[in-house]
Amino acid sequence: MSKDLLEKITTSIVDGEPDLTVEMTGQALAAGVEPMTILDEGLLPGMQIVGQKFSDGEYFLPNLIVAAMGMKRAMARLEPELRSRHQAVRAAGTVVIGTVQGDIHEIGKTLVATMLSANGFEVHDLGVDVPAERFVATVQQTGATLVGLSALLTTTMTVQRSIIEALRAAGLRDRVKVMVGGAPVSRQWADEIGADGYAEDAVGAVHLATRLIRRAALPPV
Amino acid sequence: MRPGLKVLADDLVERIVGEGFQLLMDPGVRVHNDDALRLLADAGVTIDRANRIARIPEKIVRQALETAPHEFHLHTFDGRPVVHYGGDSVQFDPGSAAITILDSDTQRQRPAVTADFVNLVKLVETLPQIDAQSTAVICGDVPPDIGDLYRLYLALNYIRKPIVTGAFRKDTWWTMREMLLAAVGGQQALSARPVAVFDCCPSPPLLWSDLTCQNMIDCARHDIPVQLVSMPLAGATSPVTLAAVVVQHAAESLSGVTIHQLAKAGAPIVWGGSPAAFDMREGTTPMGDVGTWLIDCGYCQVGKALGLPTNTYLGMSDAKIVDAQCGLELAGGTILAALAGVNMVSGAGMMDFESCQSLEKLVIDAEAIGMAKRLILGIEAREEPIALTLVRKLGHRADYLAETHTLKWFSKELYLPSAVIDRGSLDAWEKKGAKSAFDRARDRVQQLIASYKPVAVSAEVRRELRGIATAAARKFGMNELPPLPDQAVGM
Repeated sequence: MSKDLLEKITTSIVDGEPDLTVEMTGQALAAGVEPMTILDEGLLPGMQIVGQKFSDGEYFLPNLIVAAMGMKRAMARLEPELRSRHQAVRAAGTVVIGTVQGDIHEIGKTLVATMLSANGFEVHDLGVDVPAERFVATVQQTGATLVGLSALLTTTMTVQRSIIEALRAAGLRDRVKVMVGGAPVSRQWADEIGADGYAEDAVGAVHLATRLIRRAALPPV
Repeated sequence: MRPGLKVLADDLVERIVGEGFQLLMDPGVRVHNDDALRLLADAGVTIDRANRIARIPEKIVRQALETAPHEFHLHTFDGRPVVHYGGDSVQFDPGSAAITILDSDTQRQRPAVTADFVNLVKLVETLPQIDAQSTAVICGDVPPDIGDLYRLYLALNYIRKPIVTGAFRKDTWWTMREMLLAAVGGQQALSARPVAVFDCCPSPPLLWSDLTCQNMIDCARHDIPVQLVSMPLAGATSPVTLAAVVVQHAAESLSGVTIHQLAKAGAPIVWGGSPAAFDMREGTTPMGDVGTWLIDCGYCQVGKALGLPTNTYLGMSDAKIVDAQCGLELAGGTILAALAGVNMVSGAGMMDFESCQSLEKLVIDAEAIGMAKRLILGIEAREEPIALTLVRKLGHRADYLAETHTLKWFSKELYLPSAVIDRGSLDAWEKKGAKSAFDRARDRVQQLIASYKPVAVSAEVRRELRGIATAAARKFGMNELPPLPDQAVGM
């Protein structure tokens, strides 16, 4: 019976039915299914399928977003349950993300933040036009192990390099993995500035984030 | 009869404008410029100071629509009116503010530098199909802070055609104006015979930034026509339905017209824009999307209904090389723009969305533009009777090539393309090297640039321009500007 419920939860994420996701999540909890199980065997598999369909060209950005909305609402339902069991609410990792100083483009960055959050990361989205100091301070405050830097202009992508330097100057460079993105950014650029990775789109960013966290072998927050 | 294109039913236009007015009251428009807020407040507009939101009532907007001129002309730098912004006049200029050039040899992009912009400007001067220049690329060999004025400085050394441009800062706007004054011989000349239009862009949704708003107000006060460039992205920074995009465009543009006319009633302004569909897979802004084209034609139709001159960004391609996608997209956009009667169509030469300029694409665009201009001339009777006398004269003989009628009319009736368009036999094509359109375009680029004749700008004016631009450059850490490429007389 719980297997049935978990499948329904997965399907509701894939079909983009947030109301149904929340309802099924509630039903599963009432039926005694562990919140961690609901997350790992119901919700997250749904997000993975959505990500795959996006990569295959079957799903589009609005599909990603509605799926993430289902995740977000279901997570809100699960969080108190996880907390009362002293379990990690967001086990995938902690990310600080923002669009660099001088740049106000936010659509891609917000999409990445949404997808990371939907895939179990704790995300601190600093918004746009974010000075280096704020990235550094937030990493310090949150103990984040991942930093995402977005820049959409050739004139602002150079700021990504200075933020990496600021992290180094603050003694934080070894504690975080830095991923960069944005239209003018490339793998080559990421290598040139000493970033840890580059992803082309939001789904790629989730895969990259997961790989980087695993590689870091730091315990998830 | 002139072939035309309408994409909106008349009652839909009314509904769109109606909702545009309503958006200006709720949620209102954010205005991050103090001068504009003061102008609006003085006109009786309710301002939410804390959030910098203006709620502009319809009657104040309608007042602005009353005072905004229905038309104006742009002139060559030797004083001839050559561009008519108004009615259904259709003119073309290159897309503006690209940052890379498509290298002619490698067909790969590289940052644009002085020599590239100068070549582009010379090319545009020689292309009969292109009516105005634009500050088409930002040069990477000068500090970014003078990127706007430097393009204009270069252009003013090489052009007679009028120019569509824009500023990236509030202070550099003044430098650009100073150079225009030097080029035409003072404010009276500039006011009487405008030579330049400045693009002023609101930020979607419903925001006027300090910079763009200030540029707009300064232009109004100093008789420099403004081209509003509202750019909602369907499904990203505006609703996704095309009609809703046109509503948002209308709201943003109406707020622009209002602020502009409050700064100076009767100052010339253009209902322009560069909206786009939002690609739901790639998160990019495809200018070659048919949805983009529909939005452009739609909002221009709204602008015409409001009695304003129009502009749009059409004729671009999202392709990275000058290939079939490039050709397909540039042709579709160019033809539609002409049919829709857009006064200034910006986009020639532009590709990779709005980031790259290609000289080869420019000459191909020129062909598409030539075709489009011919298209909107339609089919006229030409003579009375149309055909009877002549056909009866020849009876059943197919001898029309020899007729004086053919000699008289052929070059008026038919658009005669350049060698960029291949119409030879297969054999002829092979003998000429079996060239692609890109290769033929490259040959033509070289021919045209070689044919460019230096313009009659006096040594004194050139010195003055260089002085103004150099002074600005020094404020931003560049002591001397790069030298002008050697064909400029007197430098």
